[in-house]
Amino acid sequence: MLNYVWSFIVILSIICSIFLGNTENLSAAFIDSAADAVELIITLAGIICLWSGIMRIASASGLTEIFARFFAPILRPLFPNLDKKGEAFKSITMNITSNLLGLGNTATPLGLKAMSELQKLNGYSDTASDEMVIFVVMNTASMQLLPTMLGSLRQSYGSASPFEIIVPVWISSGCAMAVALLIACSLNKLGRKAPAGAHPRLS
Amino acid sequence: MPLFAAAIIIFGLIKRTAVFDEFIKGAKEGFGTLLTIAPSILGLVFAVGLLKSSGAVDVICSAVKPVADYLGFPDEIVPMALLRPVSGSGSTALLIQVFEGNGPDSFPGRVASVLAGSSETTFYATAMYFGSIRVKNIRHTLAAAIAADLTAAILSVVTVRLFFY
Repeated sequence: MLNYVWSFIVILSIICSIFLGNTENLSAAFIDSAADAVELIITLAGIICLWSGIMRIASASGLTEIFARFFAPILRPLFPNLDKKGEAFKSITMNITSNLLGLGNTATPLGLKAMSELQKLNGYSDTASDEMVIFVVMNTASMQLLPTMLGSLRQSYGSASPFEIIVPVWISSGCAMAVALLIACSLNKLGRKAPAGAHPRLS
Repeated sequence: MPLFAAAIIIFGLIKRTAVFDEFIKGAKEGFGTLLTIAPSILGLVFAVGLLKSSGAVDVICSAVKPVADYLGFPDEIVPMALLRPVSGSGSTALLIQVFEGNGPDSFPGRVASVLAGSSETTFYATAMYFGSIRVKNIRHTLAAAIAADLTAAILSVVTVRLFFY
């Protein structure tokens, strides 16, 4: 995907610069952008490492698991067909909790585990199960309680109050999540009624 | 933010976690993350640099402008909004460029922040999760996920207007 996007951007820019007579600027940007990128990466390095370190303490000390126990009852109704004590549901709650806490590094391996557990229940079909759809949709509509990385970035670029955007973020991502779940759940139900979209379910 | 960090460290001490050791391990993981995203940041900052200096960004923006204006979407973050579902590191790079150009507390800076905080790299995450278990028919996953991204994009403007202006 990015292969096309990237090539498209580069080629479009070069064509535009020729038509708009901007070729000199373009040559300058060729060199400057590489230097800009390195500067950017160094700025990011401190923030990413610092928060990865602190968040690692949160998962090692069991703090994430405590949060997971708190969120499990909320997630329950979304996965009515899953065993409450099964590996699949456990991985799902841990993944969603990690995402809520902004622990991207922890969330991804847990999410991959959740998917492989769901695939076992799905009988290794090449069609997604209802649970998979809901789980992946929840992951793509990331909801974060405390966007630490975003706050740090805002702070390092001189924001007067880096976390002033937190309530808008909650509202916006909460609504996005609600829309996604509403569509996913109602289409799941439709798929079950129509035999064409039906698939064997083992759970 | 410092309070949040302190709470995590104190909880770790109570639970007798090797706090500093874990911090070091995590920071090391952070470097790993950074190394994996660094080349794509370089590639995208380069591409966006070309896009801006060539004047192509003005051409694209004028094409998207009627829609963006209708939604009250600031021109500066149109490239970021377009790249957001495809690439996390790329849109982070563009977010930072909005911060550099307009400042994080400006209208575009705030909208970009809310958008970054409330959306995800839809295509990347979907491909990774379904690819890992070789599921080909993902049914209506993308439809629901894209609806979420659109909701987040529209609401990022609406909420920032409501809260700050």
